[in-house]
Amino acid sequence: MKHDSYDVVVIGAGIVGSMVARELSKYRLSVAVLDKESDVGMGQSTSNSAIIHSGHDPQPGTDKARFNVRGNQLWFEIARDLEIPIERTGAMIVAVEDDDPAGLEELAERGRTNGVPVEILSREAALEKEPMLTPETVGALWTPTAGIVDPFQGVVGAAENAAENGVEFILNTEVTGAIIEAGHLVALETSVGRIATRVCINAAGVHSDEIMHMFGVRPEFEITARRGEYFVFDQAAMRIGTVLFPMPSEKGKGILVTHTTHGNTMVGPNSDYISDKEDHSTTEKGMHEILDGAQRLVPAVSARSVIATFAGLRATGNYKPVPDHGRDFLIERSAEVEGLINLAGVESPGYVAAPAIAERAVELLRETGLDLEKKKDWKPTRTAIPRFHHLSHEERDVLIREDPAYGRIVCRCEEVTEGEILRAIRSPIPATTYDAIKRRTWLGTGRCQGSFDYPRTMEILARELGLSMTEITKKGPGSVFLYRRTKEEVL
Amino acid sequence: MAFNTDYDVIVIGGGPAGLAAAIEAYRATQGRVLVIERNDSLGGILPQCIHNGFGAINFGSDLPGPEYAYRYETELRALPIDILLDTMVVDLSADREIYAMNSTDGYLRFRPKAVVLAMGCRERTRAQIRLPGTRAAGIYTAGTVQRLVNIEGYMPGNEIVILGSGDIGMIMARRLTIEGARVSRVLELLPFLTGLRRNYVQCLEDYGIPLELITTVNRIFGEKRVEGIETIRVNENLEHIPGTERQIACDTLVLSVGLISENELSRNAGVEIDPHTNGPFVDESMATNVPGIFAAGNVTAIYDLVDYVRKAGAIAGRSAAEYARTTGATTTASGTDRGGSRSIRITAGENVGSVIPQRLDLSSIDGRETYISLRPRTLIEQMVKVEFDAGDESVFSFREQYARPAEMIIHKLRAKDIQKLHAGDADELVVNIV
Repeated sequence: MKHDSYDVVVIGAGIVGSMVARELSKYRLSVAVLDKESDVGMGQSTSNSAIIHSGHDPQPGTDKARFNVRGNQLWFEIARDLEIPIERTGAMIVAVEDDDPAGLEELAERGRTNGVPVEILSREAALEKEPMLTPETVGALWTPTAGIVDPFQGVVGAAENAAENGVEFILNTEVTGAIIEAGHLVALETSVGRIATRVCINAAGVHSDEIMHMFGVRPEFEITARRGEYFVFDQAAMRIGTVLFPMPSEKGKGILVTHTTHGNTMVGPNSDYISDKEDHSTTEKGMHEILDGAQRLVPAVSARSVIATFAGLRATGNYKPVPDHGRDFLIERSAEVEGLINLAGVESPGYVAAPAIAERAVELLRETGLDLEKKKDWKPTRTAIPRFHHLSHEERDVLIREDPAYGRIVCRCEEVTEGEILRAIRSPIPATTYDAIKRRTWLGTGRCQGSFDYPRTMEILARELGLSMTEITKKGPGSVFLYRRTKEEVL
Repeated sequence: MAFNTDYDVIVIGGGPAGLAAAIEAYRATQGRVLVIERNDSLGGILPQCIHNGFGAINFGSDLPGPEYAYRYETELRALPIDILLDTMVVDLSADREIYAMNSTDGYLRFRPKAVVLAMGCRERTRAQIRLPGTRAAGIYTAGTVQRLVNIEGYMPGNEIVILGSGDIGMIMARRLTIEGARVSRVLELLPFLTGLRRNYVQCLEDYGIPLELITTVNRIFGEKRVEGIETIRVNENLEHIPGTERQIACDTLVLSVGLISENELSRNAGVEIDPHTNGPFVDESMATNVPGIFAAGNVTAIYDLVDYVRKAGAIAGRSAAEYARTTGATTTASGTDRGGSRSIRITAGENVGSVIPQRLDLSSIDGRETYISLRPRTLIEQMVKVEFDAGDESVFSFREQYARPAEMIIHKLRAKDIQKLHAGDADELVVNIV
């Protein structure tokens, strides 16, 4: 921590916290982002469907609808500025034989009310757009503005750009208390000491309710972690051109079939309320559920070519501003504590909504009376790490000549070079763990899932960070790979 | 980038198959041969296999892996064969254009007259068996653990459970125990051992490590580092039996759940892949369907003994060199001119998982050592008959003491087998173990 006092402290370096940080970095403010994890984007921001939803689905009039539609527009501009992989693939909500066909028209109407372009497709038109769809398709709703994004690069890109514009990211740091005097926030207690600040932006994801309770506000607000499990498939296995949803149910948008910006087909999520907010484990039952669900849309989905499984936790809040409406985001300036801004209950479509939530956060900040003066030298762009795998033979030749580190492949399936790893370690928010390198370079995400690159990556991390091999972790304190040297005395 | 078209044969991979291929390719025609290896040393996986048990057939002795590799490396280095270490082949096309790279020579482009694919295999991972649980540190494949312990010199854990009774898993159970870790058990989903019996005796029994059959991992605990697992029994359809869960504390889970041939480059080049082996379809000369591209060793199918890998590599190397010599003379699209000879398909039948080669060319098997390698699919602990049938008729057969999925059955074609093939008119042989 460089200072003991900041104008604004953001709690949580997920997509919301990082987008808020980037937005705040436009102003002459001292800003710190705290996160209890060892890297940005360690929670639900990077374990979700990675879809830039069109906004057809949320109930009209809700913050979810408003911020989703605005966020969809903003994302494509931001991704360009920050070199974040994004594709406007469009999405189809597919009705199959058992579904009520009238449901499609209802959905279309909801989309139109939200200001989202929609089109109802016949069975034939749907199958033409996506030939792998089930023959039981009866029709579909086409939403052309939907897309997919690299969720890791999204968070890292926003956070790095904020850091380059002066925001300080303080990782491995937990907020333990708030000091409030006469209804005004004056400081935060953290695991690394007291930080004086008059404004705290709560973007703590599944823990945002606990932060509120720590401030003594909104005791009724509660977040339950709702787990969603996913399968990722070998790129060689199959290719889906768009995003496929089933008809929505009371449980949400359902188990979808999509692809990542890296070209892997991905299916999931299911929906399970769980009691432990840190339990990212996948389950036997869940894995069957998502496979069955995905096969309803694309029968060709086969468990044989699965290369990765993961689970994410949605921060499902109980905030329902309109009684007969569904639950909504809780985006507010606290009525009880001056200086607290809550960006809570941000579940799907939270990722796509994040840039719009960040805009709103600045408005709320202005309402606190803080003087917001724009920087003249704000840098809107960020340069991504070159992705060796996607370069042409000629570009690769040039790159290796410029820097021989790009000539050494460390991850063979995804063709990640030492040059890319070094860039990740030396980036504005330095990668200091294996998973942090993975998120930034896509190393270890292919068929062999790190079996080949583990020892090599550990060596590079140890060398660059001046650590011993037994200090290298997968994802921060408590997650070391190696316990001791062989032949070392064992007690 | 330089474009090098001087080589007769380029061997991709410097493991046992690749070394044998390069040596034999050179010996056959004294042509220009290059081996490209992605590691900083030759020998493939052998240098990390510091246990003994190698070379019974080829050397008549019991060698540790590094010494086995060293003998072949010495043999190779005595010949004028070029070697590129720390070099990754990133692309191969059907017309044998190879792109490779390293940090000293940069980006490289080759076009040899023939190519031998000897990329070996990789380990199946947790995702491929869809193991549920967290993504904590402390979940490794057995081969990665072997490298960490034997090459890097580090211990990945203290309290260890191994899933899968594959050979590397059992060998690492012993190795980790010797290094002071506690390996509490080896779990196996199937009702039988999947690795070699001798490894069970020498690595588990001798060290008092229990093997639990029809048992798998149901959950993994621990968000940061593995803290434990939950095991569960399975029924005859390999489905979990509720109520048989048991929680076991451990800090490391090692997976030894099978190997997969590494054929991404082969696919790029349009090499046809056999769904039974997950490797290229090859004939008795180890030729793939793509002219001038040969394949040998674990890239074609998972072998049990390195001695057999070496034999296959030698055949592929010789064939590639011969192809390179004749390719200038003949202009046929199929490469070597086979003069209208008869070719016989060999397919896996009853109790057979896979067979190598999948095709025999009758014109070229005379006077040449030809081996047929089978992988049994079922465990039969009694005398079996291996039959090669054409339609309802058995063309030739031989007997084996037993059939175990962990052990390949290697049959060297006898003169009388070949005679029978010439005499008949079959274009397909089905191999059955009965």
